[in-house]
Amino acid sequence: MVSEVKTVSGRGIPLVGNDIDTDRIIPARYLKAVTFDGLGEGAFIDDRTALKGEHPFDQPQYQGANILIVNRNFGCGSSREHAPQAIAKWGIQALIGESFAEIFFGNCVAMGIPCLTADAATVKQLQKLVAANPQASVTVNLETLQVQIDNYTAPVAIGEGTRSTFISGTWDACGQLVANASQVRKTSAKLPYIGWGNIAAS
Amino acid sequence: MSKGTLFDKVWDLHTVGTLPSGLTQLFIGLHLIHEVTSPQAFAMLRERGLKVLFPERTVATVDHIVPTENQARPFVDSLAEEMIQALENNCQENNITFYNIGSGSQGIVHVIAPELGLTQPGMTIACGDSHTSSHGAFGAIAFGIGTSQVRDVLASQTLALSKLKVRKIEVNGNLNPGVYAKDVILHIIRTLGVKGGVGYGYEFAGTTFEQMNMEERMTVCNMAIEGGARCGYVNPDRVTYDYLKGRDFAPKGADWDKAVAWWDSIKSDVDAQYDDVVVFDAAEISPTVTWGITPGQGIGVNQSVPQPEELLEEDRFIAEEAYRYMDLYPGQPIKGTKIDVCFIGSCTNGRISDLREAAKIAKGRHVAEGIKAFVVPGSERVKQEAETEGLDKIFQEAGFEWREPGCSMCLAMNPDKLQGRQISASSSNRNFKGRQGSSSGRTLLMSPAMVATAAIKGEVSDVRELL
Repeated sequence: MVSEVKTVSGRGIPLVGNDIDTDRIIPARYLKAVTFDGLGEGAFIDDRTALKGEHPFDQPQYQGANILIVNRNFGCGSSREHAPQAIAKWGIQALIGESFAEIFFGNCVAMGIPCLTADAATVKQLQKLVAANPQASVTVNLETLQVQIDNYTAPVAIGEGTRSTFISGTWDACGQLVANASQVRKTSAKLPYIGWGNIAAS
Repeated sequence: MSKGTLFDKVWDLHTVGTLPSGLTQLFIGLHLIHEVTSPQAFAMLRERGLKVLFPERTVATVDHIVPTENQARPFVDSLAEEMIQALENNCQENNITFYNIGSGSQGIVHVIAPELGLTQPGMTIACGDSHTSSHGAFGAIAFGIGTSQVRDVLASQTLALSKLKVRKIEVNGNLNPGVYAKDVILHIIRTLGVKGGVGYGYEFAGTTFEQMNMEERMTVCNMAIEGGARCGYVNPDRVTYDYLKGRDFAPKGADWDKAVAWWDSIKSDVDAQYDDVVVFDAAEISPTVTWGITPGQGIGVNQSVPQPEELLEEDRFIAEEAYRYMDLYPGQPIKGTKIDVCFIGSCTNGRISDLREAAKIAKGRHVAEGIKAFVVPGSERVKQEAETEGLDKIFQEAGFEWREPGCSMCLAMNPDKLQGRQISASSSNRNFKGRQGSSSGRTLLMSPAMVATAAIKGEVSDVRELL
């Protein structure tokens, strides 16, 4: 499966706050399903209800926006892929933030959604620009590692290995992992515990 | 760059190769699955026409959605019933061992794998649940993963990962009476921050961890993820081996001696190099309670909710949010905070030793009027063991409800939920907004003994007064 992600363009949506966890992104009651369908409507649902229409995801000026601009340690907490799935089903195609929790980052990458980092001042400036002009066109470029909002340009970062998987369209690792099955068997055969612990023979 | 640590050795032994992306393809020795994060992974597998490559290295149980009162099938909640059926079908179709309700070995995935002896030193372990870091207590490298990665492990028994840095967290000395493993990890997270561990695996070392039993070490490693670390571990030692010996899947006979020799060889070298080292003194740790909405917002039971100016500037925004949400004010002593619900259980603190410590507090006393207090064993085996010891009677006589095993109110994907603004004393691992089933419900994290104390006093209290 090849699906290159070199740039993401559209409009931005700022979500201010540090340590926004996966329980807030998608409350646990939305996890009670055997598919990821329909998760979009549950995105930030409790925060949105509490803010009575004032949450960025409900504010009219940000409807249709596809680039989420967050602060520090976004996506901390559970390993539930439901969180990035909910955001993706809402229509978000890329995230920019000061930092991301690692499992959340890994889940996003596995789904083809780049999470880019920028320093605190830059993120603040991006959030300010988008709030001032929600219709501004935003482009995240993974080749030049820049984000552009109208005339403002700033550097963004992402690990080189991850960046290359987006640019080459190989972010979906499953195919590559499966292709190495014989090498996987060789590696496993060298591990002593494979010999003494047969789980299936219970 | 770390060198000679257990993490480095296990990483190298499990490396299949380097992928074109530069990421490492890492072999996973044990894959644990449950009903919440696996159905979509099996669906993805089917879509791609892939098979489970090593079904004999995957083990399943059901925990998150399990009711802890009436477990009769079909479950009253049809969505929960649909999830357990999906798991039953997926395991059957793919020849995967499944510890279902009533098997005698069902329970929270991070409780049953160690008690079955599936979790062993030197292994790589993955599970679609962030608290997989628990298994690091055995000197395993254990990662919580998302559903696409569950698919990857099912299809290839491997993950694409980039290597972590290793931070040694050394805690030395004896813990004071009334101070437990939970307090140690809450103290570490409070000090290093909830994102302090991002990019790291945590090696827990020092005499305090050496003196801990396996269940205490599991509590610490369980919450490594709450400090932002992808995994946490303790080097295996005699305590580890004594715990494992004789368990269902532990090596037997001549294999046992070979295993111990290998386990000894994968420990961190005496002269191992770390990317970072942090040292704590056990004597400085007191019974700890969280007051806010992240596990890093903790204080000693005799301290007060911090003033914004006592906090780093970057932590003030979420502190303001926490004051509002928790309805606590800066400078307010946490001791004396009235409680509605007391929950003892979860993958952090639902093991037999946790129940024993809580029962010591509950014995001969009674839950305060108006408090709902309940105890949820982490597994069918823990429940059985507790009942053999009479702990169920102690709890029930004290006014606690005694339940069936499951994740219960830790994340409330089952009927156990806070109602409205209720505030709970919980032995679980997360105090996030809405975590325990009510979008306005509030959670104070603490040790099981402290939860039992809160239940008896009806308010946050110092366990040391009841020892």
